[in-house]
Amino acid sequence: MSDSRLDLLQGTLDLMVLQTLLAMGSLHGYGIARRIEQASGNQVLLNQGTIYASLVRLEQRGWIRSKWGTSDNNRKAKFYSITNTGKRQLAEDSRYWRRLTSVMERMFAMGPAGEVEPGDL
Amino acid sequence: MSRLKRLRGRVWAFFAKPVLDAELEAEFEAHLQLAVDEYMEHGMLPAEARRQALIDFGGVQQAREKQREARGLMHIDILLQDLKYTVRKLLRDPGFTAVAVLILTLGIGANIAVFSVVNTIMLRPLPFPNAHELVWIAPPPAKCGFSCATYSTDAYDEFRAGSRSYQDVTGYFAFSTPGNLRVSMGSGTPVSATSIDVIANFFQVLGVYPAMGRLLNTDDALNGAAPVIVLTDAWWRRQFAADPNIIGKSFDINGRQTTVVGVLPRAFDFGAVFSPGAKVDALTPLPLYGDPRNWGNIITFIGRMKPSVTLSQARQDAVVVAPKLCWNNRIPQTCGSYKTPVPVPLKDYVSGRLRHSLIVLWCAVGMILLIACVNLSNLLLARAAARSKEFAMRAALGAGRFRIVRQLLTESMVLSVAGALFGLILAALLLSWLSHQGAIALPLLSQLRIDRATLGWTLLTAIAAAVFFGMVPGFRIATGNLHEALKDSSAGSGQGRKHERLRSVLVISEVALACVLLVGAGLLLRSFLHVLDVDLGFQPERAAAIKVDDGALNPTFSVDEIQRRTVMYQQILSRVSTIPGVEAAGITDYLPLDRNRSWGLPFPKGVRRPENLTGGPLVYVVSPGYLRAMGTRLRGRDFTWDDRLQGEHVAIINQALARFLASYAHWPNANPIGQLLNGSGGDTRIVGVTDDVHAETVEGEAGWQIYYPSTQKVPAGTELVVRTTLPPGQLASSVLRTLRDLNPNQPAAEFKPISMLVDHANSPRRFFMILVGAFALLGLLLAALGIYGVISYSVTRRTQEIGIRMALGARAGLIQRQVLSQSLWLVAVGIAIGAVVSVAIAHLVASMLYATSPWDAATYCAIATALFAVALVSGYLPARRASNISPLVALRSE
Repeated sequence: MSDSRLDLLQGTLDLMVLQTLLAMGSLHGYGIARRIEQASGNQVLLNQGTIYASLVRLEQRGWIRSKWGTSDNNRKAKFYSITNTGKRQLAEDSRYWRRLTSVMERMFAMGPAGEVEPGDL
Repeated sequence: MSRLKRLRGRVWAFFAKPVLDAELEAEFEAHLQLAVDEYMEHGMLPAEARRQALIDFGGVQQAREKQREARGLMHIDILLQDLKYTVRKLLRDPGFTAVAVLILTLGIGANIAVFSVVNTIMLRPLPFPNAHELVWIAPPPAKCGFSCATYSTDAYDEFRAGSRSYQDVTGYFAFSTPGNLRVSMGSGTPVSATSIDVIANFFQVLGVYPAMGRLLNTDDALNGAAPVIVLTDAWWRRQFAADPNIIGKSFDINGRQTTVVGVLPRAFDFGAVFSPGAKVDALTPLPLYGDPRNWGNIITFIGRMKPSVTLSQARQDAVVVAPKLCWNNRIPQTCGSYKTPVPVPLKDYVSGRLRHSLIVLWCAVGMILLIACVNLSNLLLARAAARSKEFAMRAALGAGRFRIVRQLLTESMVLSVAGALFGLILAALLLSWLSHQGAIALPLLSQLRIDRATLGWTLLTAIAAAVFFGMVPGFRIATGNLHEALKDSSAGSGQGRKHERLRSVLVISEVALACVLLVGAGLLLRSFLHVLDVDLGFQPERAAAIKVDDGALNPTFSVDEIQRRTVMYQQILSRVSTIPGVEAAGITDYLPLDRNRSWGLPFPKGVRRPENLTGGPLVYVVSPGYLRAMGTRLRGRDFTWDDRLQGEHVAIINQALARFLASYAHWPNANPIGQLLNGSGGDTRIVGVTDDVHAETVEGEAGWQIYYPSTQKVPAGTELVVRTTLPPGQLASSVLRTLRDLNPNQPAAEFKPISMLVDHANSPRRFFMILVGAFALLGLLLAALGIYGVISYSVTRRTQEIGIRMALGARAGLIQRQVLSQSLWLVAVGIAIGAVVSVAIAHLVASMLYATSPWDAATYCAIATALFAVALVSGYLPARRASNISPLVALRSE
C-alpha cells in the first residue's frame, strides 16, 4: 500500500508548502505537514522531517517568514506565513504546473502506452 | 539582490551554527509534541503515540542534515569537519605521515625547482621591457668562431642607418677577455676585473635604467672623451662595499683615471643573458670611430624592432641592407662581403638551444612526481585496507559513500599541501644555491627565484597530485562491498587479495616509470663519459693559465711593440720555468674553449684561391713552448725565439686546415711542413702541424686553426700557461709572486686550471645529467620502497599461511625463495614494460646524447641489472622475516 504512494518530485514540496500557507494562513511545521498529508489524501510519501529543509529554503528566499508563537493546545512552536513575494512566486509556479499537467494530460491521451494498469498485477 | 540576500543568509547560517541548530532542535521537539498530542487525542498511549510520531517524522538525523544543507554553507562545514578529523587521524600515525610528506616534498620540491628553471630560461620573457621586440642579428652560423658572428664598426653604422625595421640597433665588443681591467685603488695591489665595451645606446635599446647615477651616452664614446665606467650591482657591492657616494669617484683603470658614472640595477646581469657562466663586473663605452674601426669584425648586433614590425619583415629588411654593408668603408672591395644577417628573437638566441634539454628535464621531473604519486597511492591503499572496517562502520551508521571518498580526498589533499609547503622550502634552497652557481654556462640562472608563476605551478601540482594519488584508494573504498569489509576480519580473504593485486599493479607501474627514468639518465651519463673521453687536442690536467698584465690594452702592430713583448715574454718564461714544479710554460693570447677570433685564410703559394671561399682559421699568437705547456701534440718544429721579425715568417697549422689546404695544393705526400702560404702579410712557411684542438666546443668538430709566433705578430693579450707536476693550486702564489717581481702592476689575477675551461664548457651537459640522474635515483628509491611495502604487506597478511606451511615441514629457504620470487616477478614485469616504453621514446633524448645510441644495449642491460638488484634487496628483508616466522607464534595469533 505504502509502495504506491507518490515520491515527491524535486521542488514540488516547496510548492505544496507555499500553497498550504496561502490557504491556511499562519501554521507551524507539523501543521503544514499534516495539511499536506490530508490534502493529498495520504497519497504523498512524506517524511515529515524533510519539510524543515523546505521551510528554511523558502525563508531564505524571502517567500515565507517565521515567528515563534503558541499553538491552540498551548505548545510553543514556530509559525510560518507566506509573504507577498511568496504569493507572487506561488502564482507563477502554479501557472507553470497547470500548463505542465495539461500538456502531460494531452501527451498521455495520445496513445495506448499510458493505459496499462499497474493494478493488473 | 535576492541572491545576495540568500548568500548573506547562508553565510550567517554558517557562522551562527550553534544558535540555528538549537532553534531547529526546539522546532523538532515542538513538532513531535504536536504529533504526540494529536495521536493521544485519538486515544493512543503516550509511548505508542511517540513511537508513531517518530515514524511519521522519518530520520531525525537526516532531516537535520538536510535542513543544515539547505540553510548554509554545508560544504565548508563538512570540509572543516573533514580537515579536523584528517589532521587528528594523521597525527595519530606519525610514521605514515612523515613518510608520505617526505615523498611528496621530494616529488613536489623537485617539480617546483625544475619548473622555476624552465620558466626562467624558456617561458618567461627576458628581463627587459617589451623583450619580444629584441632581436639578435647575426650571420648564419659558420665555422670560424666569434669573428664570423660579428661585424665591423662601419658595417654597424650602415646597418643601423639602412634598416627601417628597428627602433634602434646596438651591440657590444665580443672579444673582451676576462680580467681585462686592472683597477688600482689607493696604494694597494691592483685588482683584476672584467668589463664589456658596449655601444653607447646599449642600455637605451635594452630598456635598462640606472640604479644610481647615469648610464652611457654618445659623448662618452667619442674619441678622446674622458674615460667613464658603469658598475654592475654585484661588483659595486663586492669591490666598493656598496658605497652610496660612488658616483663621480674616479680610479686608475688600465692606467687611466676613469670616472664611475653609474651603477646598474641588480636585475641587470650581462653574463646571464649574453655570456652564460661569465662574470662581468662593469660596462664601458666602445668608441666607434677610433681604433676599433681597424679591428675588423668586433661587434655583435642587437636590435629593438619597431612595435609594428614582424620578424619576417625584419628579415626581408636585412636582405636589402646586407649588400651595402662594408667591412671597411675605405676598402670598396669589402662592401657586400657579409652574408645576410638573420635577426632571431633574442630569447631564442639566449635559450633556444636549451629548449629540448629543458623539456626532457621537465618530463623527467614530471615522472618523479608520477612515481611519488603511485607510491603514495600504494601507501594510502595499504592504510585504507587497514581502515576498511572503520569506513564500513561509518557507512553502516549512515555516512554516504561520497562523504567517505571526500574524507579520503581531504586526507590526500592535506598530505599534498604539507608536501607542497616543504617542497617549496626545498625548492627555494635549491634555487638560491643554483642562482649562485656562476660557473654553470646556462643563461639566466642568476635570475632564478620563486615567483608568482612558480607559486601557481606549486598549487596546481599539489592539487593534481592529491587528486591523482587519492583517487585510487578512494574508488577502491567507494566501490568496495561494505558487507564484505565488515565480515573481512581474518586476513587472506577475497577483499585483501584484491587489494594486493591493485597494489602490485601500482608497483609494476612504479618500476616501469623508474626504469624509463633510469634508462634516460643512463644514456645521459654514458654520453657525458664519452664527452669526458674526447681527445681535446690538449691536456687540461695539471695545466693552468693566468692573465698577465702586458701593459697594452689594445696593442697595434709595431716593431717596437714586438721587441718589447719578446723581451718581456722571455723574461717571464725563463723566470717561471725555474719555479719548482713547473714542467713547461708558454704564452698565448687566446685559450681554447674561451674567446677566440679568426683572420683571413692564407692560401698555398702559387695555388689559385677559389672564388667562393669563406671563413678563416681561428688564430692563436703564441710564444715558443706554448704548445708543449698546453700538451698539444706537434709534428714538425715549435717556434723558437730565433723566428725573428726580420727573418722568414712561420706558422703552425692544425690537421683540419692542413687537410683542407692539401686538397688544393697537391703537396708531396700531402705533407704541409716546409710549404709556403700566401696571405695578406706576405709569405709564411709552415713549420709544424698540430692535433685539432677543440677550441669552440668540446663536442663539436674542430675547425681550422693557425698559430703564429709572438715574435712576428702582436698577441691580443697575454695568457701565461703553465704545466706543472704539482696540483696547479699549489703554484698559484709563487707564479703570481714571480710576475709581480717583474711587473709591480700585475693584478691579483685568477690562476685558473685549464680543466676549469673544459668543465665550464661541459657544465650544461653535466647540469642536465646530474639532475636527470638524481631524479632517476629518487625514482629508484621510491620504487624500492614500493616493492618493499607490497611484499612486506603480503608477508604480514600470510603470516598464518606461512606458519602452517612451516609447521607442515616447509623449509625456511623455500619460503624465502618464494617471497623473493614474488618481488622479482613484479620487477621483471615492470622492467619489461619500462624497457618497451624506453625503446619507444628514447629518440626524444637522442639530440642530447653524444656518441651514444638511444638504444644503447649496454645501458639497458645495466639498468635492468640494477633494478633487479634493488628488487632483491628490497624483497630480501620481508623474505627473511617470512622465513623467521615461528609456526607456534603464527598459529597462536589467530
